[in-house]
Amino acid sequence: MRATVIEFLGSNCDHDMVYFIRDVFKIETEVVWFTERDLKNPDIVLLPGGFSYGDYLRPGAMASRTPAMESVREFAKRGGIVLGVCNGFQILCESGLLPGALLRNKTISFICDDVYLKAENRETPFTSMVDRILKIPIAHGDGNYFCDEKTLEVLEKEKRVAFRYVSPDGKIDDNWNFNGATNSIAGVLSENKRVLGMMPHPERACEKILGSEDGKLIIESVISFLEKTDG
Amino acid sequence: MAEIEVNLELARKHGINEEEWETIKKILRRIPTYEELGIFSAMWSEHCSYKSSRIHLKKLPAKAPWVIQGPGENAGIIDIGEGYAVAFKMESHNHPSFIEPYQGAATGVGGILRDVFTMGARPLANLNGLFFGSPDNPKTPYLIKGVVAGVGDYGNCVGVPTIGGQVTFHFCFNGNNLVNAFTLGLMKSDKIFRGKAEGAGNPVWYVGSKTGRDGIHGATMASAEFSEETEEKKPTVQVGDPFTEKLLLEACLEIMEKDVIVGIQDMGAAGLTSSSLEMAERSGSGIKIDLSKIPLREKHMTPYEILLSESQERMLFVAKRGREKEILEIFRKWNLDAAQIGEVTDTKRAEFYFEGKKVADIPIEGIGESSPLYNRPFEEPKRFKENQNFNAGAIEDVKSLKKVFLDFISSPNLCSRKWVYRQYDQSVRTNTVMTSGSDAGIIRIKGTKKGVAMSLDVNPRLCFLNPKEGTKCAIAESALNLAVCGAKPLAITDCLNFGNPEKKDVMWEFVESIEGMREACIKLETPVVSGNVSFYNETEGTGIYPTPSVVMVGVVEDVNNIVNPFFKEEGLEIVLIGKNDPVIEGSLYLSHFFNIDKGKFNFVDLDYHRRLIELLLSLSSQKLIESAHDISDGGLLPALAECFLKEGNNIGAELFLDENFERMDAFFFGETPSRVLVSIKKEKCNRLKSICQKFNIDYKIIGKTGRNILKVVFNNKEILNIPLSEIFEKWEKGFERIFKK
Repeated sequence: MRATVIEFLGSNCDHDMVYFIRDVFKIETEVVWFTERDLKNPDIVLLPGGFSYGDYLRPGAMASRTPAMESVREFAKRGGIVLGVCNGFQILCESGLLPGALLRNKTISFICDDVYLKAENRETPFTSMVDRILKIPIAHGDGNYFCDEKTLEVLEKEKRVAFRYVSPDGKIDDNWNFNGATNSIAGVLSENKRVLGMMPHPERACEKILGSEDGKLIIESVISFLEKTDG
Repeated sequence: MAEIEVNLELARKHGINEEEWETIKKILRRIPTYEELGIFSAMWSEHCSYKSSRIHLKKLPAKAPWVIQGPGENAGIIDIGEGYAVAFKMESHNHPSFIEPYQGAATGVGGILRDVFTMGARPLANLNGLFFGSPDNPKTPYLIKGVVAGVGDYGNCVGVPTIGGQVTFHFCFNGNNLVNAFTLGLMKSDKIFRGKAEGAGNPVWYVGSKTGRDGIHGATMASAEFSEETEEKKPTVQVGDPFTEKLLLEACLEIMEKDVIVGIQDMGAAGLTSSSLEMAERSGSGIKIDLSKIPLREKHMTPYEILLSESQERMLFVAKRGREKEILEIFRKWNLDAAQIGEVTDTKRAEFYFEGKKVADIPIEGIGESSPLYNRPFEEPKRFKENQNFNAGAIEDVKSLKKVFLDFISSPNLCSRKWVYRQYDQSVRTNTVMTSGSDAGIIRIKGTKKGVAMSLDVNPRLCFLNPKEGTKCAIAESALNLAVCGAKPLAITDCLNFGNPEKKDVMWEFVESIEGMREACIKLETPVVSGNVSFYNETEGTGIYPTPSVVMVGVVEDVNNIVNPFFKEEGLEIVLIGKNDPVIEGSLYLSHFFNIDKGKFNFVDLDYHRRLIELLLSLSSQKLIESAHDISDGGLLPALAECFLKEGNNIGAELFLDENFERMDAFFFGETPSRVLVSIKKEKCNRLKSICQKFNIDYKIIGKTGRNILKVVFNNKEILNIPLSEIFEKWEKGFERIFKK
């Protein structure tokens, strides 16, 4: 398996993502600068969190129009697996690879906290191993997922909500939906379910000493999916 | 443009007094140019020259075998072993944060980040000390919202976790809030960069944001008291751009990997002026700069404005000759403006040109060595002895322990700070192993077993009552906060926030405080490796309480042995380690409920304290205890509560007391240094007891951990019984009440 992490001006979780994939999972990992078009033949492309272009204009708007993202769009069109986290999720929405948008948190302030996630659809490349409620940190100012009613209907019908914010015991609860996301949506899938955007940071929940290693289940799911499709 | 006449009157407007004016003329052997006057005004401001504090700061210990870089550079550096070192510093941004809280606080964080990465260290952790006026003051909610958002947004965007700090409310900060920003960075101990301008002929480079008119004379503004016209000073506050800072950080660390940098320094207070002069001064060289080459944001800027602009996110560096192409390539990659603006000379003079004309020519020694140095008069104020004579006997003792406890735990200085730290990214860079809500912040060092711990502390009330002993307490507490987690305290950085040094009583506070710091740092073997002084924290003649904030930095040998403050299971013994002789004199209790800041508090016995620290380090390395927490502000009962006040926790405590105490208030809420609460499995108690005896530290089992409840039994009579949920709710909502008034 080969992974590629894209770096944009202002990415700040790029090192964390590389550490997660390369050091924790020992997966061969390339780092591609946003001006490049060659993605170096990956099995998965990862878009890290951060404040690309300082969130100027809109979070993710400028990064979505870079040469590397043109290649990511083609890669996704060919059925490639893409995971965007936090600002990476925002970039995926701005690129049109995922529907909807991420609005300002309902608190109007940045929120860093642990959230609890429930995998709503276990039959995706990212969730087959997610057999429990995940505890994963969020850290964002604009994570309030929003889409129009028609899109929401489609997302729910096609089971494209990958993760929802829940209480620690797994219940949908507004008190645990800190940013105010529509239908408590924490992660959204593309039509072919091979592109996932999520606000919580699985790469920050990668070792026991950090308080949780639940984030690993998402990459373990991808590894298992790729092994199956390879075979 | 008409020539501006430079005379004493104009100099006075620049904050330069007659004596200093005469010295300038002597140094130059002529009347200074307008630009030169601006340079002297900035460089000789209190903020840049430390003219009132220098002779006292010299008394502080700065050396230890692990100190790589002491004061005088952009940040202090200590060796932490295995080839690594950490650079750290704290700096105040008090004045700007009062005038414009969001930008003032944000640029404070930006400045301290640059001070650390300019030395070649990657910033890995931020802390901040925030001191606000009374919650009832109408301005407080506005200031706290702005400051917290500013601190958060800047660090969050750059991607440096904020993992601790202090938020204190007291009416003494009504007219001057304090923002003390701390950054710690990690580097290889053999890859350190300094602010030097060496090698005549080497090019001087400018990189980062373009220069604008913002922040002109910010350093001079920060060197005067506030008056009614302070609002008019908004233009002297800079505007931050954390995105550019992030690019600058990455570009600088990337270029430092190449062998091209001779010296590097950020343009902080007094901008280009101070950075160029300080770099040349450290190297005993000269510097020649063409101001026409500075990338500008605005048209028609004068050389005076360019010299004194405090536009943010700018760096000055000296490179080796002939490496222009490599340098430009890296900065282009990061979308940054970089320009060669001059060169190092051997003239020992700072020469500035603009459009072909020399606008300033100053001997560098003149500005440094001849800079004013004041041994300002000081005198013990009358209030000092008066306050000591206060007798707490007349204070009515606690009637309802439950009511007082719940009021206290939900009060502004004790309630949960989650409202604040939830706005700070605490987990970016995936190193955070302990964060806000514990005794210290700790990051692990990837690739090793080690961790670096840090804690920011000061109790302004104690420093007001007795600056010397209060400062000792700040350092002692900071060291203890590290030790309870299992980290060995190694060195401190400080931020000395005081009032107007031209007043004898303020200067006395400062001198006493330095003496306390000196004694404590010597005894605890924790030298002062960097720091900053902020005077003139006064508004219309009223000054703040002396507030010498300190951050203690230390090392955890094995992050798997870290001890946190929280009770983990039922049935553990709760042990109070340390001398249990609390008093309400000078306590938060007395201040909060009675509005009295008086009395003689218990001084710290540094020998005892040092043994306590060694004891705690021994306990954590042996994995003997389940939790440990330092008892500080608020005394025993709030400290006990802090061991269980955590979301989702249901382990409380039952205290069984048989001691004779005269007063409930002193016993439960009184304060004294050098006390720690630990929880431990019953079978290990004897071992703990014998270790305590070995270190000659007091030991007493005071209760047990229990489920869902806080209970206190005194001589077989229950005097307190509260469900944890009720305490949690009060404590958690305390902060929000500040905004509802």
